[in-house]
Amino acid sequence: MAFQTKEKGEAFELRADLNSEYREKRKETVKKVIANMTIGKDVSGLFADVVKNMQTDDIELKKLVYLYLINYAKTQPELVILAVNTFLKDTDDLNPLIRALAIRTLGCLRVEKVVDYLMEPLKKSLKDDDPYVRKTSALCVAKIFDLNPSICIDNGLISSLQDMLSDRNPMVIANAVSALSEIHAQAPQDQIFVITSPILTKLLAALNECTEWGQICILDSLASYKPQPGSREASEIVERVIARLQHANASVVLSAVKVLLIYLGFVDNDLSKQVIKKMAPPLVTLLASDPEIQYVALRNINLILQRHPQILAAEIRVFFTKYNDPLYVKLEKLEAIIKLVSLDNIDQVLLELREYASEVDVEFVRRSVRAIGRCAVKLDDASERCINVLLELIKTKVNYVLQEAVVVIKDVFRKYPRKYEGVIPALCENLEALDEPDAKAALVWIIGEYAERIENAEELVEYFVEGFKEESAKLLTATVKLFLKKPGSAQELVQKILQLATQGVENPDIRDRAYIYWRLLSSNPQAAKAVVLAEKPPIESDNSTVSETLLDELIYHIGSLASVYHRPAALLGVRGDSIELKISATNEDDENTVDVQKVVASVGGNIENLLDLDFGTPAIIPSSSNTQSSQSASNVDDLLGIMDIGGSSHSLVNNISAASIELPKVQLLKSETANGLDLSGAFTKSYGIAPSAALSVPPLLAQQTVNVSLPLNRNGNVVAQQPANAVQIAIKNSLGVYYFQILLTDERILV
Amino acid sequence: MVLSAVFILDLKGKVLISRNYRGDIPMATVDKFMPLVMDAEEDEQTASPVISTDDGITFLYIRYNNLYLLAMTKKNSNAATILLFLHKLCEVFKEYFKELEEESIRDNFVIIYELLDEMMDFGYPQTTESKILQEYITQESYKLESQARPPMAVTNAVSWRSEGLKYRKNEVFLDVVESVNLLVNANGNVLRSEILGAIKMKCYLSGMPDVRLGLNDKVLFETTGRAAAKGKAVEMEDIKFHQCVRLSRFENDRTISFIPPDGEFELMSYRLNTQVKPLIWCEAVVESHSGSRIEYLIKAKGQFKRRSTANNVEIIIPVPEDADSPKFKTSTGLVTYAPELNAIVWKIKAFPGGKDFVMRAHFGLPSVKTEDPDKRPPISVKFEIPYFTTSGIQVRYLKVVDKSGYQAFPWVRYITQNGDYFLRMPDAVKNTKLDRDAF
Repeated sequence: MAFQTKEKGEAFELRADLNSEYREKRKETVKKVIANMTIGKDVSGLFADVVKNMQTDDIELKKLVYLYLINYAKTQPELVILAVNTFLKDTDDLNPLIRALAIRTLGCLRVEKVVDYLMEPLKKSLKDDDPYVRKTSALCVAKIFDLNPSICIDNGLISSLQDMLSDRNPMVIANAVSALSEIHAQAPQDQIFVITSPILTKLLAALNECTEWGQICILDSLASYKPQPGSREASEIVERVIARLQHANASVVLSAVKVLLIYLGFVDNDLSKQVIKKMAPPLVTLLASDPEIQYVALRNINLILQRHPQILAAEIRVFFTKYNDPLYVKLEKLEAIIKLVSLDNIDQVLLELREYASEVDVEFVRRSVRAIGRCAVKLDDASERCINVLLELIKTKVNYVLQEAVVVIKDVFRKYPRKYEGVIPALCENLEALDEPDAKAALVWIIGEYAERIENAEELVEYFVEGFKEESAKLLTATVKLFLKKPGSAQELVQKILQLATQGVENPDIRDRAYIYWRLLSSNPQAAKAVVLAEKPPIESDNSTVSETLLDELIYHIGSLASVYHRPAALLGVRGDSIELKISATNEDDENTVDVQKVVASVGGNIENLLDLDFGTPAIIPSSSNTQSSQSASNVDDLLGIMDIGGSSHSLVNNISAASIELPKVQLLKSETANGLDLSGAFTKSYGIAPSAALSVPPLLAQQTVNVSLPLNRNGNVVAQQPANAVQIAIKNSLGVYYFQILLTDERILV
Repeated sequence: MVLSAVFILDLKGKVLISRNYRGDIPMATVDKFMPLVMDAEEDEQTASPVISTDDGITFLYIRYNNLYLLAMTKKNSNAATILLFLHKLCEVFKEYFKELEEESIRDNFVIIYELLDEMMDFGYPQTTESKILQEYITQESYKLESQARPPMAVTNAVSWRSEGLKYRKNEVFLDVVESVNLLVNANGNVLRSEILGAIKMKCYLSGMPDVRLGLNDKVLFETTGRAAAKGKAVEMEDIKFHQCVRLSRFENDRTISFIPPDGEFELMSYRLNTQVKPLIWCEAVVESHSGSRIEYLIKAKGQFKRRSTANNVEIIIPVPEDADSPKFKTSTGLVTYAPELNAIVWKIKAFPGGKDFVMRAHFGLPSVKTEDPDKRPPISVKFEIPYFTTSGIQVRYLKVVDKSGYQAFPWVRYITQNGDYFLRMPDAVKNTKLDRDAF
């Protein structure tokens, strides 16, 4: 109670002081009110009393009242009208500072009612004599457009803004560009900001004169311009922009790099080579900026290197980490090192990675160890050297180094089958030290794969059977392999494990797999051999951070968040309900079969953005019953072979990519009829997309097309680093199950 | 490009001051920031400076002292611009309040609001030159006789200098500062050696002078046909200029011409790789005796010209965290044990070129070992060498031309100092034999 009176007392006192006859007193009180606002107290109750102080010669006081208005206008839209008159008066003030202040603040109020009053003064101020007022008005148009687009168009504000591109003041041009770009992005169909040749000339002239921030705006707008083919235009732009690489502002440099990369395609080879050469030093210099900027630069450099590795081919040393780099910088540098590693520098890189592997930061150490394996997979002729370094690391017996080393050696084995069997004993020695599922699974896979070369393979497998859990799928497969290779000694073991897997395990995937093995083994051991011991395709190196299609898009967004996240721009800042996966399935066959004609996924109507793939590839779609049956026979081998490699514990869908990471799997289509079609898909974790609702689809009848929309959100598992741009799809129908992945050079298999 | 709002938070995540520029994200969203940072740090990661909430709002932040400067956006904004703007804010606040910390924010909230209003509009950075801002946003507004007006410079092509400046004596001071970044691996191989140079200016010039700076730039010499006869030329790999320098002119004919801001600023910075010997070389021999004690033998050598001297040399040698009872021996300088750094600090006031010095250190180690793997920070060295540049860069001339035709006096100083100067420690040599001898 006492507290409440005190509160009341304070508000009362403030109110009284705001109406004081002394000017200084009033000003001090307004300051007090703002101080209260700053610490989060609600002082909106004093609205009317504060607004009374608006009419004053004291700029500081005026600014304070304006600030108050910006904060509380929305809560008191009725009372704002009280202030409008003073505002309008201020837009006519002799002092340009006050004119601009009034226009700027009016735009920030975000109250619909005020907008009408604002039109006349804004029209006038767009043509003000003072450039300070004009540049403020330019942005004000964008503010109003955000609230009420039609009023801007009706009052000719947009065309005034377009005229401003010819202003004599570079700052005004820069703000007009900002405002127009923003308005254009909101309503692209209206073609509000289209750069034409005459505009281009003006922009290029302004580029030399405006502030650093203005230069960034202008450079960003140049990215969307399409130079006229065959003209000198592209080379002129390149020549102008190239000077910006020398600017001290890192963001100007990144925007210039972006424009240059985009225009590379439009200029002749000589110039293009020259540009590439000139781009390297500024990119390296970015690594001398503050760590936050370095991070943004490195994320972008990793994209640029994927497209143009030659740019920094000779500069790999600049990516060697410093002891005091923050972890986020170190990890990005590591990626760049892997992108640039070659036979010329591998020895140096290995020395470095070996050094990193003895640092304290566990995450960095793990990534460094993994990097050694990635080098081995990437460079055939250096793989032996890499393996030797890994063996050295295993000998250090540092637990997490060991685990990571085992995991990557498995990948090396998959790239170079039967080449490095010599290291197996060293791995097996450390059996008991392994306690992470990934490491155990990797070793189990190696044991299974090389069972015939390992004398005591049975013992080793038995050791793992004790802890039959996380690595179950791999263990199961390994045991079967062992049995097929050494039927005599492992029979008991295989029986035991099949029993365990079919009876004691909750996970249906493992159970199913055990049943498949069991039946295969009991009905046709030869077939089992063909399936389980099938030759697996070697894995490829993972030099790409993102898919090529996505890369094309991200080059246009260098410096922006999309390029920091390595994610399509359309997926940023979107709430779950605005993404939709649209599917249409058509049943064209008049008899039994179902034909998936097309599966279309889209985000706001843009296929590539979400899935980054060209769907509708007919080759992967079963089209008639005849081919289907023949395919299913051949597919089983393939399928199980793949399964073998992956041995993921999750589901068959996952096995395609063989990642041990769990994917949110979505069943997209479910058949209730015999001639139905089961279509399920999962988005890989790169975008972290997961369905936010279950999908139900009516049974597909012959000749019927069903369109289904599935809302998605971005709450799915997001795995940092190396986004995989793959969509994995499983199609199941009465005749077989088809799995396919839209491959986007996904090397997730390695992880 | 845009950002929606800017916040300054304390380390606990409490908002000290904020400014909402676009009103498209609820300001309360900022409460999600700290948990995100905490989560990232829990996973043994340093949170990256760009993090996002699960509903697609991105936070970009920098840390300064005990503060977070934070921006949020839900668009595909220009991340580099936003982070640079935050750094710029920091810089401007520092110029205004000497130091940027919780207290200076509380004491100056009125002016911070004014600055936030002037430096950014609707999420787009506007005027960020603190010199110009200070002309019309001041802490002592009542002292201004007439009402403040926007300086011409705000919207001029020359947005960094106001007209009508007057000095009785027109002087320019140039400081050429080169920082040496060095990384040497444990075998003594130089992995990286680069120089980051900067030319800093203090300009006390009247009017709107046009200034031209001439350097012994190799590219310039080559294009103008001046052979290396006129002394050594330097080849700078990359040059960055203050926004006052006419970049297109430089691109055309390598002329560095500009109208300078008033007072202090960094005119340009450059970078080059060097093949030269590391200026101060350190060799370390570490011997551990059955894990009960550890000995260091450090040899430092000045590998620069004999007539130069390195001042305030500090060699910081990391030792195990649990080392105790330090003993040192050296003929030169002062050696101390800095337990807060887990390091030996060896200070040498004046280190002449061509000389080498030796230092021995001895520590006891506890018999009980910690499980943690040893951190192995490198040896780092701090130094300053006046009247000397590693690159050999020289200011050949500085021409100042103003309408009024006054004469200006340029002063030039050169100094070389350490940047990130690291030499990795070799592994300790296990020496059990000595111990047996001791028995």
